[in-house]
Amino acid sequence: MNADFPVALILILGAALVPLFRGGLRTAYMLLLPVAAFVWLLMLPHGEFGHVRWLGQTLVLMRVDRLSLLFGYIFLIALLLNVIYAAHVRDTAQHVASLVYAGSAIGAVFAGDLITLFVYWELTAVSSVLLIWARRSENAFRAGMRYLLVQLLSGMFLLVGSLLHWQATGSLEFAQIALAGAGGALILAAFGIKCAFPLLHNWLQDAYPEATVTGTVVLSAFTTKLGIYALARAYPGTEMLIWIGTLMAAFPIFYAVIENDLRRVLAYSMNNQLGFMVVGIGIGSELAINGAVAHVVADILFKALLFMSMGAVLLRTGTVKGSELGGLYKSMPLTTGFCMVGAASISAFPLFSGFVTKSMIMTAASDGGLLLTWLVLLFASAGVFHHAGIKIPYFAFFSHDRGIRCEEAPRNMLIAMAVTAALCIGIGVFPGALYALLPFAVDYEPYTASHVVAQLQLLVFSALAFAVLMRTGIYPPELRSVNLDSDWLYRTVAPAALRFCERLISGFQRAGGAMFSAGIQRGAVFARRERLPQGLLVRTWPTGSMALWLMVMLLGYLVLYYVR
Amino acid sequence: MMPEPKQYWLDSSANVTRLYRGLWVIGIALLALDLFLHKHEEFSFAGWFGFYGAYGFLACVALVLIAKQLRRVLMRSEGYYER
Repeated sequence: MNADFPVALILILGAALVPLFRGGLRTAYMLLLPVAAFVWLLMLPHGEFGHVRWLGQTLVLMRVDRLSLLFGYIFLIALLLNVIYAAHVRDTAQHVASLVYAGSAIGAVFAGDLITLFVYWELTAVSSVLLIWARRSENAFRAGMRYLLVQLLSGMFLLVGSLLHWQATGSLEFAQIALAGAGGALILAAFGIKCAFPLLHNWLQDAYPEATVTGTVVLSAFTTKLGIYALARAYPGTEMLIWIGTLMAAFPIFYAVIENDLRRVLAYSMNNQLGFMVVGIGIGSELAINGAVAHVVADILFKALLFMSMGAVLLRTGTVKGSELGGLYKSMPLTTGFCMVGAASISAFPLFSGFVTKSMIMTAASDGGLLLTWLVLLFASAGVFHHAGIKIPYFAFFSHDRGIRCEEAPRNMLIAMAVTAALCIGIGVFPGALYALLPFAVDYEPYTASHVVAQLQLLVFSALAFAVLMRTGIYPPELRSVNLDSDWLYRTVAPAALRFCERLISGFQRAGGAMFSAGIQRGAVFARRERLPQGLLVRTWPTGSMALWLMVMLLGYLVLYYVR
Repeated sequence: MMPEPKQYWLDSSANVTRLYRGLWVIGIALLALDLFLHKHEEFSFAGWFGFYGAYGFLACVALVLIAKQLRRVLMRSEGYYER
């Protein structure tokens, strides 16, 4: 085998052949691609390969180390699960887009330099938008357009930042980057958009719920996690990230409580989980980085599982609005069960994946004496159980029975959910297998009696709070509505400001035009009058007056000279 | 003739109340465990009796009450952006 071969091409080039196959053969072929790529990764030695000379720079297409390999593995597992989940979809474009999107995310993970990273970065943006547009609705088209613009903006920041960074340091290597220069700051902004930093976050909640049933599941795995990977690579131990992450973990949960679209609730909870990872990278200790990376793996799986269950609901009932759903456990018992495994995992119940990964970040925060961050993260842990762990399954599957009777999810979806659920539980029960793959050696034991009891107390009493609020009628009902978020700025304020400027300019144009033409007219009248005999323009001037004016000028010059 | 709709265990409100009470029993049992556990917390207050339970309960109540108030500021009709 040749380690120089970019593993991303197995998927990207492989995607080109998908239209040639139909039915079961197509599914088999699409399953083969991630399996082949996975086997390829297993055989790769550590090191840098795929050197390409370009404009006097050496690009590195394949940098293989523990960090890139783990992201490679989990991205391929996510792709494999997605292929199973989407096996019933006939739309070829979606299959091709998914493969190219996953392939380019993997290409970015193995990129050893900023230019290679940029190319794959842009490819993820362009390929993933197709999964939104494939919904083929007006809303999806517009949301996709906004999503694409934000993603391309991130790419532009990355490119300009990389060039400035190159100018300042003479290196294009994709490694730890100092935040000091403009280049470093721009690259951080580019990564920040992908990670959905506060105020840069809203593309996520805007676009993901508009994608197709299967598209949202694919989207949830790659873009934001690629952002986390890039942060872990370039900015570990950057203190600012602790505060950004703390804020990220907290504010989306308020939105999640009042949001009606359950896939949008999941997008908010994704934002909240990303906050934990960003805090881990900001702390930068071995335990913290291990925790952040482990939590990426866990989050890809349980978030996929939750989006899969909501996708199945959307497919069968045509809606995922909490205000329309309820009582679905009677029609979709298996989907309900899988959703609850995802809910338990994201809520970090003992024996589920979130418990063994998120706690590493919490412990790293308390080890570092970060009291405020620790308290906020604990609040966010209770909050995520509240909105993702309870609200999602409760409003979709239990709650008030709306009388919707539908079929259980298709078999391929159930298989995908079952495998994902098994992985969530597997990681929770046998954390050692995941710990062995983390970037640093792990010296951490999640299952101590005090940790288990503390976590169970936190969760059970959060559930009791929900139950008490429900039974007393204080809990806010699910309402058909939208909630203003930062996208309000570019969806309402910016167009209004543009319209205002337009009116202002055209007003000026009208007023200015009138003044201008009046001026011309007056000038013409003046010229016509002064062209007559004895007019100012045709009169002969005596030499005396010329000498007089000259003297005035010289005097003026003299005065000026003295004044200076 | 319509078949008799199947009755599920959760359809009965008495069962839901049983579930609710069961949850309180579990919560109280977990609090009781606190008395026997040797804790080694980085922040000393986290070792207080019932800290995690109280924090979880209060955090969620605060979360819901604040979010409910946020609706007054943030909530718009579903077609808000399509106007």
